Amino acid sequence: METHAIIETDELTKAYNGQVAVDRLTLRISEGEVFGFLGPNGAGKTTTLLMLLGLTEPTGGTARVMNVDPTREPVRVKGLIGYLQENMGFYGDLNARQMLDFVAELNGLPGNAARSRIDEALAKVGLVDESKKKISAYSRGMRQRLGIAELLIKDPKVVFLDEPTLGLDPDATNRMIELIEALCREKKMTVLLSSHMLHLVQKICHRVGIMIKGRMVAQGPMEQLAKDKFGIGSERYSLEEIYMKYFQEVRP
Amino acid sequence: MIGIKPIVRKELSDHLSSYRFIILFALIAMVSLITVYMAGLNIKKDLEGVAKPQFVFLMIFTSSGALFSLQQFVAFFGPLIGLILGFDTINRERNEGTLSKLLSQPIFRDDVINGKFLAGVIIISVMMISILMVITGLGLSLLGVVPGVEELWRIFIYLIISIIYISFWLGVAILFSIVFRSVATSALAALAVWIFFSFFVSLGANVLASALTPDAGASNPEAVMRRASIERAVSLTSPMELYTGSTATIIDPMRKTNRMIMQMGIMEQLSISRFAGPLPLGQSVIVVLPYIISMIAITIVCFAISYTVFMRQEIRSF
Repeated sequence: METHAIIETDELTKAYNGQVAVDRLTLRISEGEVFGFLGPNGAGKTTTLLMLLGLTEPTGGTARVMNVDPTREPVRVKGLIGYLQENMGFYGDLNARQMLDFVAELNGLPGNAARSRIDEALAKVGLVDESKKKISAYSRGMRQRLGIAELLIKDPKVVFLDEPTLGLDPDATNRMIELIEALCREKKMTVLLSSHMLHLVQKICHRVGIMIKGRMVAQGPMEQLAKDKFGIGSERYSLEEIYMKYFQEVRP
Repeated sequence: MIGIKPIVRKELSDHLSSYRFIILFALIAMVSLITVYMAGLNIKKDLEGVAKPQFVFLMIFTSSGALFSLQQFVAFFGPLIGLILGFDTINRERNEGTLSKLLSQPIFRDDVINGKFLAGVIIISVMMISILMVITGLGLSLLGVVPGVEELWRIFIYLIISIIYISFWLGVAILFSIVFRSVATSALAALAVWIFFSFFVSLGANVLASALTPDAGASNPEAVMRRASIERAVSLTSPMELYTGSTATIIDPMRKTNRMIMQMGIMEQLSISRFAGPLPLGQSVIVVLPYIISMIAITIVCFAISYTVFMRQEIRSF
């Protein structure tokens, strides 16, 4: 299916004090696609997400999210994208409902619409019983689910998930994966997923991109990446093997 | 500007439910009530036998109770209110990772800092207004004197100046909370600045002026004047001096100038001794207008610096 691109970047570059964090990144992500963003820590994945969100200004190149330039209209872009950040913070002395209320208010949702959406989101992520507890008493898994609930409140077209399963126990990881799959399937959201959980990426992503040291070294559907590296009969290779292959090539 | 409302609302509820605010408020209410009570007793004693005392009501602000007058108390400890309310405004959110969450919502970046400053100013206003109301009530029952319209105006102007003064220190604290990543560092830095301006500047001004005019003495009135004006110029770098200066003639109508020493001709001396009455309100305001304006100016400058620093900071480092 060839639909128009929701996220487009051209030669997007970001340098911090002469050190290049993202190097001439050109990327197209079309509507409804789930794109897996792979790469070692410090490869520039989060920086790319921040540039697309309009939170950081690129030093070169352009980016467009649903035809909006994040550098020029950051507020509009931030209204379009839901961002589940790495090591997300919460106001510990609020409870889940108050936190979601605050998010709804920041997004300019009127009171009635917000209330029904909050109930729905809490039910979806399974936090109804704990919604009166202070967030400081939440486990890491509960916090991440609350983060998903915030996304549901915002109900964006595009979501960026930055390491959504980092540091979770196996059970919590599975619950997160289910929720993310639901986001992709039921809400038909376009998802940019950055993760080290390669089997998760393999399971839900249509396409993957591998970023190493600021450069996108490979991009495309998994089968194609496998074919590029291992030749014919490559279906048996897992994403992990493909990833390691690319990684070893770049590593000196 | 839809973003500023939820932030102000959240900050207000955070402040009002925090132990920090409750302790601060209780402390200040207690000290000012005791001060005013003592001042009231002193005034009553002092005014016995005075034929027609004027502006008795305002005296509860200027006459000292146990150790200091209410005006001095606000000048010294008002900054502490602003500092305590603001020293962890931005860096706490940054350390907890909530700042980037806030900024990834569809609001302008300046909404965050404007909202936080505004909420702080509202809290300061609520504190000062309620304390002044209680004090006015206590003064009424203690002195048995009803304040006149002019006195009420003077109290009102005094209130506004005090709010601006404390807001300045709130601005300083917010600036430090942006510049320093660690909450403890910004608290200590803010305290250091407060101690420097409140205690050392006036001391330093005195030393500097004496060093620059060694020939001052009874035989050399010009040098005495020069020493006084140097001392005044240096001490005016302290916001506390600005505050005491700008409230001086407002709260004490009998004061006609803000200078410590002045040279007068014979005619001036004559007219001063003939018109010993209080200054009208308009004239009192004119005397201290430069002080009020400079205080507003430093508050705005301080906030503007925080604003630009905050707007330019890289999100990556949040």
